[in-house]
Amino acid sequence: MTRHRGRGIASINYPIGMNLGGDPSQALVHSNPSGKFTVALSSIDLGQGMKSVTRQICAETLGVPVEDVYVDTADSDTGPHCMGSFASRGTHRVGNAVMMAAREARGVMMEAAAEELEVNAADLETDGRGNIHVKGAPHRSISTKDVAIAAQFKQGKTISGRGIFLVPLSDVDPETGEMSPATCYAHACLVAEVEVDDETGEVAMVRMDSAYELGRALNPRLVEQQLVGGAWMGISHALYETPEPYYPDPSHGPRDFVEYLMPGPGDICPHDIAVLERPAADGPFGAKGPGEMCANPVLPAVANAIFNAVGVRINELPITPERVLRAIKAQGGARPQARR
Amino acid sequence: MAKTALQFQHNGRDVAIFVDGGTNLLVALRELIGDMTPKFGCGQGGCGACSILIDGELHLSCLTLAETVAGRSVETLDGIKEGPNLHPLQRAFADNFAAQCGYCTPGMLMAAKALLDRNPQPSRAAVVEAISGNICRCTGYEPIINAVLAAASGGRARA
Repeated sequence: MTRHRGRGIASINYPIGMNLGGDPSQALVHSNPSGKFTVALSSIDLGQGMKSVTRQICAETLGVPVEDVYVDTADSDTGPHCMGSFASRGTHRVGNAVMMAAREARGVMMEAAAEELEVNAADLETDGRGNIHVKGAPHRSISTKDVAIAAQFKQGKTISGRGIFLVPLSDVDPETGEMSPATCYAHACLVAEVEVDDETGEVAMVRMDSAYELGRALNPRLVEQQLVGGAWMGISHALYETPEPYYPDPSHGPRDFVEYLMPGPGDICPHDIAVLERPAADGPFGAKGPGEMCANPVLPAVANAIFNAVGVRINELPITPERVLRAIKAQGGARPQARR
Repeated sequence: MAKTALQFQHNGRDVAIFVDGGTNLLVALRELIGDMTPKFGCGQGGCGACSILIDGELHLSCLTLAETVAGRSVETLDGIKEGPNLHPLQRAFADNFAAQCGYCTPGMLMAAKALLDRNPQPSRAAVVEAISGNICRCTGYEPIINAVLAAASGGRARA
């Protein structure tokens, strides 16, 4: 029995959101009488941080503290429409919609403040701490709470805004059929190092090193959380998860987590991640989105690492010990490739 | 079928319920007592989401007959906060981004608490072993392991 080390690399370009235009999401922003703001969405936060990042985007656009913004989301009966949390689209699509809604709400808020301070709205600015003051004259100031109260109870204004992000439909070149599938691409490169046991066919992860270019990281800790966790979803697809055996019908598939495998805490390895920020022209504050891309480069990198380790090219997923072992037997033994 | 009267301690409070024979503890906790912190993941002991402590020992509530806890002490995630404050493990999970969707989190916290209760300064390997019966889909485990170690060293700093 020998354990062979191997390294594999994979690079990806990841188009953000659904392609060829459309893919809308909407957001509504309004102030409450307390001077706090509510963002209404129906976008789902399934732990990836949708609520945190839309809260940040709204607060930054309005010019108010992040603590003053609440995000009310996930009821698609009552919330403004969202296509969904998939295709790495949340931060980019929903973030843009929130930004548009918050801009409109900010406009009304500044008008209401101008009326209270008896100045021109163009002469006002926010201090990011919940106050609006005359540029260059911070003492001529009013709190967003007092503006909200004056707007609602005195001026008869709703401090609110509507936002939607819709990607323009791509034109098709009548000669070539060429079109622009996406407006915004994220990029990644990942190196996987594995150890393959040529007697059992088992593949153990040794380490991963990756670089992700995902526009501006609006919340770096959430980005890191996505990249750390998402890589293991990629490993899970590469090496573990399968509905097989699926013959003669699905009732012969795995019935539980003992048969449908996923990596456990003992299977993980070190993963060094570099986040590169190249702001997207059409992203909210330059953001693209880590989303699905966390998992994508892992699968080809692991397959390449296995080839590097024992010389077998497995092109079916997941790369189970049985598949590795059969491929090694078929070629008459492990054939380690040049060390990379 | 006749129901059986069952009394036990739930997070330090005496509770009395009537259960059908064969009711498992997870169902009793969630549906009869209303404690939704133990999660139903697989119902077969394969995922750890329903983990609880019985007399301080880690158990899978989905594989425990409710009647077997008569007179014993059952502790769930709902009971680990300290007054209005989060338990140090909960705080460490938040600080280390150790939860995403959160479904595994109650089980992870109870498995971690069982470990720290008997071994306040565990090695990394001991933490991995302690949570090895719990599946997490989102985090890649690394932040969870780091959180448990941080809670352990935080305890040392206070002592």
